[in-house]
Amino acid sequence: MFEDILITIATAATPLLIAAIGELVVERSGVLNLGVEGMMVMGAVTGFGVALTTGSPWLGVFAAIVVGALFSLLFGFLTLTLVTNQVATGLALTLLGLGLSGMLGESFVGQPGIKMTALHIPGLTDLPFVGRLLFGQDPLFYVSILLTFGVAWFLFRTRPGLTLRSIGDNHNSAHALGINVIGIRYLAVMFGGACAGLAGAYLSLVYTPQWIENMTAGRGWIALALVVFASWRPWRVLAGAYLFGAVTIGQLHAQALGIGVPSQLLSSLPYLATVLVLVLISRNRRLTMINTPASLGRPFVPDR
Amino acid sequence: MRIELVKRPEYSALFSALSPFIALGLTLIAGAIMFTALGKDPAEALYFYFVDPLREVWSLHELAVKAAPLILIAVGLSVCYLSNNWNIGAEGQFTIGAITGSMLPVLFPDFQNWAVLPLMIIMGMAGGAAYAAVPAYLKTRFNTNEILTSLMLVYVAQLFLDWLVRGPWRNPQGMNFPETRNFHEYAILPEVWSSSGRAHWGIVFALVAAVALWFMLSRTLAGFEVKVLGQSPRAGRFAGFSASRMVFFAFLLSGALAGLAGISEVSGAIGQLRPTISPGYGFAAIIVAFLGRLNPLGIVAAGLVLALSYLGGEAAQISIGVSDKVVRAFQGILLFFVLGCDTLIHYRIRFVGSPARQQEAAQNV
Amino acid sequence: METTHRTDGTPLLEVRGLTKIFGSLTACDHIDLTIAKGEIHALLGENGAGKSTLVKMLFGSLEPHSGEILWQGQPVTITSPHAAKKLGIGMVFQHFSLFEALTAAENIALSLAEDTPISTIAAKSKALSYAYGLPLDPYALVGDLSVGERQRIEIIRCLLQTPQLIILDEPTSVLTPQEADKLFETLERLRSEGKSILYISHRLEEVKRMCDRATVLRHGKVVGHCDPRKETAASLARLMVGNEVKAVVRPPIAGLDAAAALLEIRGLNRKAATPFAIPLKDINLAVRAGEVIGIAGVAGNGQGELFEAVSGEVLQASAEVVRIRGKDAGLQSISGRRLLGAAFVPEERLGHGAAPRMRLSDNLLLSRNRTDRKAFLGPLGVINTGAVEAASQRIIKEMDVRKSAPDPEAAALSGGNLQKFIIGRELDRQPSVMVVNQPTWGVDAGAAARIRQALIELARAGSAVLVISQDLDELFEISDSIAVMHNGELSKPLPRAEATFEKIGLLMGGAEPGHVPHDPAEVEEVA
Repeated sequence: MFEDILITIATAATPLLIAAIGELVVERSGVLNLGVEGMMVMGAVTGFGVALTTGSPWLGVFAAIVVGALFSLLFGFLTLTLVTNQVATGLALTLLGLGLSGMLGESFVGQPGIKMTALHIPGLTDLPFVGRLLFGQDPLFYVSILLTFGVAWFLFRTRPGLTLRSIGDNHNSAHALGINVIGIRYLAVMFGGACAGLAGAYLSLVYTPQWIENMTAGRGWIALALVVFASWRPWRVLAGAYLFGAVTIGQLHAQALGIGVPSQLLSSLPYLATVLVLVLISRNRRLTMINTPASLGRPFVPDR
Repeated sequence: MRIELVKRPEYSALFSALSPFIALGLTLIAGAIMFTALGKDPAEALYFYFVDPLREVWSLHELAVKAAPLILIAVGLSVCYLSNNWNIGAEGQFTIGAITGSMLPVLFPDFQNWAVLPLMIIMGMAGGAAYAAVPAYLKTRFNTNEILTSLMLVYVAQLFLDWLVRGPWRNPQGMNFPETRNFHEYAILPEVWSSSGRAHWGIVFALVAAVALWFMLSRTLAGFEVKVLGQSPRAGRFAGFSASRMVFFAFLLSGALAGLAGISEVSGAIGQLRPTISPGYGFAAIIVAFLGRLNPLGIVAAGLVLALSYLGGEAAQISIGVSDKVVRAFQGILLFFVLGCDTLIHYRIRFVGSPARQQEAAQNV
Repeated sequence: METTHRTDGTPLLEVRGLTKIFGSLTACDHIDLTIAKGEIHALLGENGAGKSTLVKMLFGSLEPHSGEILWQGQPVTITSPHAAKKLGIGMVFQHFSLFEALTAAENIALSLAEDTPISTIAAKSKALSYAYGLPLDPYALVGDLSVGERQRIEIIRCLLQTPQLIILDEPTSVLTPQEADKLFETLERLRSEGKSILYISHRLEEVKRMCDRATVLRHGKVVGHCDPRKETAASLARLMVGNEVKAVVRPPIAGLDAAAALLEIRGLNRKAATPFAIPLKDINLAVRAGEVIGIAGVAGNGQGELFEAVSGEVLQASAEVVRIRGKDAGLQSISGRRLLGAAFVPEERLGHGAAPRMRLSDNLLLSRNRTDRKAFLGPLGVINTGAVEAASQRIIKEMDVRKSAPDPEAAALSGGNLQKFIIGRELDRQPSVMVVNQPTWGVDAGAAARIRQALIELARAGSAVLVISQDLDELFEISDSIAVMHNGELSKPLPRAEATFEKIGLLMGGAEPGHVPHDPAEVEEVA
């Protein structure tokens, strides 16, 4: 029973973790992409549709990653090349994603989905208590952990990671040193898009294998909040995502047990929890200022 | 080939006026391509979207019904966005305004006299403003990002409405449908010209709000304060303006207008509370605000355009069988083009062939 | 042209007809320049003459429109800073290109070749920094370092690439005189090692003292090459400016001892508001009617924080800490202090003193919306556009603001012209107290002289004037006494007759280098 709960928490946390890790890289490069929700929902509809037509969830995942990255390019072109307002453009990406996915997914509504099968290693998976937790989850769970590890290593242990952080801190200085600010930001934005697409595919292929319009239900925004909550540190994103997974699963269990509290009020808990953690983390202004990438959201036009 | 931006010495008044039209034109082209891809005749589809709804008087009334909430919300948002306060939770403020405004007819159905409607409107505005005050307070007191908090509260408001209409506020005579009792006659926002169609006083509120805010923004010190604090907060502080006061002003104003839109929709167009009372007006109004270039008079025109797209979506679904989901995709594309075209106001765009050093190859737009 | 210094024929760098056009402005117009091996070559010119544009083209940050660059006799195209570094050109920027959230070692690593392991950079840069007498802690966060220490990082970063030519853009403008002396020793040492240095400055004394040759720019054109040691400061200035700049006249003041203090600061303390801000410690000062008091100091020692506190952008703990014309003002907002008769001019013109994308008339309203409420505003706060525009035209005429349109956006004006407007906006009110931070930073010589003269005249007409500046020459020109700000503390003002560059310089340096130790807990955590 306890193991089951832990596994469901991991299932609820994984899409948040993947999307937030992608956005963390974007924001570390100094770009604020508020379109996570839109990219995620595009990933969800693509993943579902491709898996349904081809019968292969892996092709679905792959297509979702590609579509997420391509979709983020729209945002990249506007904010990086045309230097539009990042907040407004991110919102536009979300609105467009929700609209397009509703249109593309209309024929998928009500169709039975394809669920990605969980890992099974004979012997290891059957170990008591920890077996399924460590060796019996869906493959994307392991991807999310590797992704966290990889991004942490990349940002703080490698030279390109240092370059990316430097752009986020001061894009004018980076430009003066001859770093290709816009090019690297394009790559970061596309990485964020690919992660959001993957996170969306997780929703429609693992978490609830079906397509429902607006099925992301604000998870993209929660992922954005997680990045702030984590002060732009990868391992703290992981901790935050599991905290939110626990809140989500907790309220679902409470609903199932019928504890007398209306289900709608329980369903609003993850959103209220997001507001609460944002308040708790932001109240220390000094800490927020130190951690926030200094060029975050600022327009950059190189002089030539 | 590479695209380079060249800053204009002064902003271009020409492109400032032209950019929404260029964006609309590009959206129509994109729409035509999209319809062709869906296997429809693009000319016919665009006709049903943008011309057919304008041919009948009753239909023009419907246009006003849909434009009223969009304009009301968007003019409030324009004050927010001009002052650099990113309220994206208008949908939630709309919902809460509808709920608080409906308290009288739902909870006290026997209280029936001429005072009911004005009280509902005041309570609706107060509810929307109070709900918008939450992100404003969190932003000024705890430095919390208002984009995320205002959006989270949208979900909370929608779940709250869902609970009310399925639970405590459900119509006792309603066959278990998730809806409240129908509003009595004193609680209905009257029609403007009831002989010709459904348009209610909401559109009048919208036009009054737009003109009043246009006057404030373009002619008074308060409008100057909004713009200075939005463009350069430090210069605003140097001018003696208070950024925190502006956060509250912008959020309370836009929250009140969204609340007014909410109660007008419920008491004017629907007549009761249901689980869903808005086809996303609070989000579409963001598009309206930008398409209107954050100018309240421009927003009136932009609100009509977006309202037309809703009507056209319905018309096209009936006549040529295009899903009404296409509308929202359309609206999203429109906002992208609007934002992209706004770049032309402050920059000239130069296409540079590679290698980069060819000045003579540069074209100027 | 004169005899070149220690050359072997081919110059290290030769520039022919280099031109750069921004829109309608020709920033560099057919520039010719040669730099020999082992010389310190000065590039002279006043603000806006095109010096920075020229060196940015040499360093590959800007593309020239035409002209050619020869490196050791070979024509080259420098497409990026990376290419410049490969050739052997290093650059120390005026506005440092450093990253505050990264450590000194990380900052250095970013400018080196990709394959240099980060782990070795810390040790290497430490060794090099001590060798050249520029001690540096490689693990310190740049945000916590003083301006002088930041410049050391820039120099070390440049030297680690073993360049043949080092370009220094106004290196001493951020240093105390003593720190500048140390820098000169380092430069002499580099010259003795056979390296060439292109030294950009508008400070004539140091150019005369150190440079072998000089090229002078004016309005984007080369107006002369000379041996600075054979010139006088006056002749160099004439070459730079093109005509005689009227010297600022500072008439004596009578009866200052009896004059009332119009601005008083008593025991002002302020905590640091942001991570990299400087706390203010027990600041006391009185400015009397008729006098100009100057506050000297290296950038980042609390001058900005002091300005915010005095102007009322940040309020004090109690009312008597700041007094204006004898009234307690410590709890008054900036508007309240203006109503008491004070006027303020901040350091940043665009984004603080003026809203960049607003017209000049709107920017007039920025600082005068309360003091001139009766003239500028009608009922309901409706702006009386006619009155505001008339007043702004009056200021434009009075201060000789040059502009391209009748009422242009602030950002469309040159730095000097915008500053004339901003100062004129306050002078137009005839304030009793005027507080100015960096009155002529980045302003051309003619406009600077005009601004300085106007400040002296305001004081002599009976107002109290407080000028915060990093430019010691300016302070010695206009002040009746000079105080020094160091690490959030303010020295007692020295009367002009007793003040010397050496004394002020020592105070600017403080007992310790101006450096706030950083809290190790807040160093970037390696995840």
